[in-house]
Amino acid sequence: MSRLSATFARLQNEGRQGLVSYVVAGDPSPSGTVGLLHQLVAAGADILEVGVPFSDPMAEGSVIQKGHERALANGMSLQGVLDIVTVFRQEDQQTPIIMMGYANPIERFGYEAFAAAGAKAGVDGLITVDLPPEEVDAIDTALKAVALDNIFLISPTTPTARIETIVERARGFIYCVAVKGVTGSGNLDANEVARNVAVIRSKTALPVAVGFGIKDAASARAVAAVADAVVVGSALIDAMVRVTEHEPAATESQVHAAAVALLESIRLGMDSSPS
Amino acid sequence: MTIEITPELFASVPDAHGRFGHFGGKFVAETLMSALSDLEALYARLKDDAAFRREFDTDLAHYVGRPSPLYEASRLSDAIGGGRIYLKREDLNHTGAHKVNNTIGQALLAKHMGKRRVIAETGAGQHGVATATVAARLGLECHVFMGEEDIRRQSLNVYRMKLLGAEVVPVTSGSRTLKDAMNEALRDWVTRVDDTFYIIGTVAGPHPYPMLVRDFQSVIGREARVQSLAQAGKLPDALVACVGGGSNAIGLFHPFLQDTEVAMYGVEAGGKGLETGAHAAPLSVGSPGVLHGNRTYLMQDDDGQILDTHSVSAGLDYPGVGPEHAWLKDIGRVNYVVANDDEALAAFHRLTRVEGIMPALETAHAMAYAERLAAEMSPDEHIIVNLSGRGDKDILTVAAIEGIEV
Ligand SMILES: Cc1ncc(COP(=O)(O)O)c(C=O)c1O
Repeated sequence: MSRLSATFARLQNEGRQGLVSYVVAGDPSPSGTVGLLHQLVAAGADILEVGVPFSDPMAEGSVIQKGHERALANGMSLQGVLDIVTVFRQEDQQTPIIMMGYANPIERFGYEAFAAAGAKAGVDGLITVDLPPEEVDAIDTALKAVALDNIFLISPTTPTARIETIVERARGFIYCVAVKGVTGSGNLDANEVARNVAVIRSKTALPVAVGFGIKDAASARAVAAVADAVVVGSALIDAMVRVTEHEPAATESQVHAAAVALLESIRLGMDSSPS
Repeated sequence: MTIEITPELFASVPDAHGRFGHFGGKFVAETLMSALSDLEALYARLKDDAAFRREFDTDLAHYVGRPSPLYEASRLSDAIGGGRIYLKREDLNHTGAHKVNNTIGQALLAKHMGKRRVIAETGAGQHGVATATVAARLGLECHVFMGEEDIRRQSLNVYRMKLLGAEVVPVTSGSRTLKDAMNEALRDWVTRVDDTFYIIGTVAGPHPYPMLVRDFQSVIGREARVQSLAQAGKLPDALVACVGGGSNAIGLFHPFLQDTEVAMYGVEAGGKGLETGAHAAPLSVGSPGVLHGNRTYLMQDDDGQILDTHSVSAGLDYPGVGPEHAWLKDIGRVNYVVANDDEALAAFHRLTRVEGIMPALETAHAMAYAERLAAEMSPDEHIIVNLSGRGDKDILTVAAIEGIEV
């Protein structure tokens, strides 16, 4: 069983919802990312989503955009992200890792080369924001060959007929985008999310994770009531940025601690949800 | 690549997936996919609809002022002493560039979709002005995304847009130029996809944009073909146009693609010289990749990160290019060449002084190459240059480069 299936099976047995944390590899520093990932797991993350920095992250709001910019300024690259996963796996063989990024760095690396390197490093799945089903054949073939899950986004604007074609291709889980907008947008409407998740569930038995716009324990709890997992990204990065803004001389462990504290509070909020 | 060039070949692209050979496609976030399908369906229905065509043609005639003249630049041609240079005067269009042909078309589509809000990205500000203009005319809310660097160097156009009632949104991410403006426009569109129509300013972006912008701009080449036959008694021997995203170039080239005796030159921005890396010439020295919704030639590093570009002209300062150009390069139908900043500036002055026509700095790149080409041709041959825009917007830039305070 893949790490992702095992994780969702375990969560179901425990009657809990999964927590997915997103940070950008190389932000705030390349040398700190592996440690941050371990800390996020300790704070309650069930699945790690690792952002692959790109010069033109067109689906990201300003918080994650700036994370990409910092990571690139720090010299992070796709190979660098794979190296981070490799090191992480030396100590943690259980927690699934999803890489999330954009098509061009992967195209440049080569789909087959990337799939092979990803599998070897211990990556479990891939979300490529700008590879909708229409453009995904080539990479899908490469990922399938090494049993890496290709994870698709379904958005509030995705028509039902299209949901059917997406779930046919999807593996691992479905990533349900909570809002029309970029990452970090506000105004998540829990009722709308519930309706969208229900439609997705009527089309697939795959677990459904909900992300975009989840900032705190309250919004996570609202979403966890209908989803199998909740994704938190911009809020974690924002928490770290605030530390440095407030105290430019803050140490890296102080910066990481802010993300860890937020994730812990979200975990607590979710687990106390009357689900 | 060995592809036989037949008339049918050029009518066959893009295919149903929006591909021009390997290039093009729809590489966008899921949230935009249904908006793109809606646009595709609407355009498929309206494209050959007589009433829609009439509306478009009427606007082009009475609002834009088409057909634009084909002018023989006699004094310039005499001075060079080679082939004759004809200028397709898109600078005489309302708002001063070819951009308005496309914004008229897309605004009609927005109207048919019932969208009350339009957005656009702009580099030189010409597309922003052309969008703000049609928005004013139709009473639409208009937001134009523009890199901070471009706001600085195209300040006259920024004020024009504001006078027209548009909001100019400064973009501070990345290199603060056209590519970042396009990222920001795409982000806005994702957020407001229900009530917003994105008027893309060139033949780039996801399908169906490269196709529909090409179709709207092809009026340039259709007119030029008739005018060349009437005025010179034959088809041109060569066509020359500058290439930013490639809309004025494809507009001129497309109706001539099947005429294999017509040579074509797309002129990219050589900036400070290709060898310096400070340029905007993805077709000349880039490699294929995915950006802004399509696969095309890009300026990128080994890690697939998009590189910063440089050009004296904001409208050419873009690391990608429309996918149809990528395909035309690979099949060998169009030659892509460069003109550097200083060559463009020299051509700007020459056309201004010799013909009394002040071209946009983008256009000046095409002029620079056309002069070189004409010198190698004989007087019974002729070139048509797409004079894509007028240079008023660039006066402050030129003055600053030359150390003159205006
Ligand atoms: C006058 C003029 N010519 C050319 C361009 C380049 O665009 P394209 O390559 O799409 O024609 C611009 C863009 O701003 C422009 O303003």
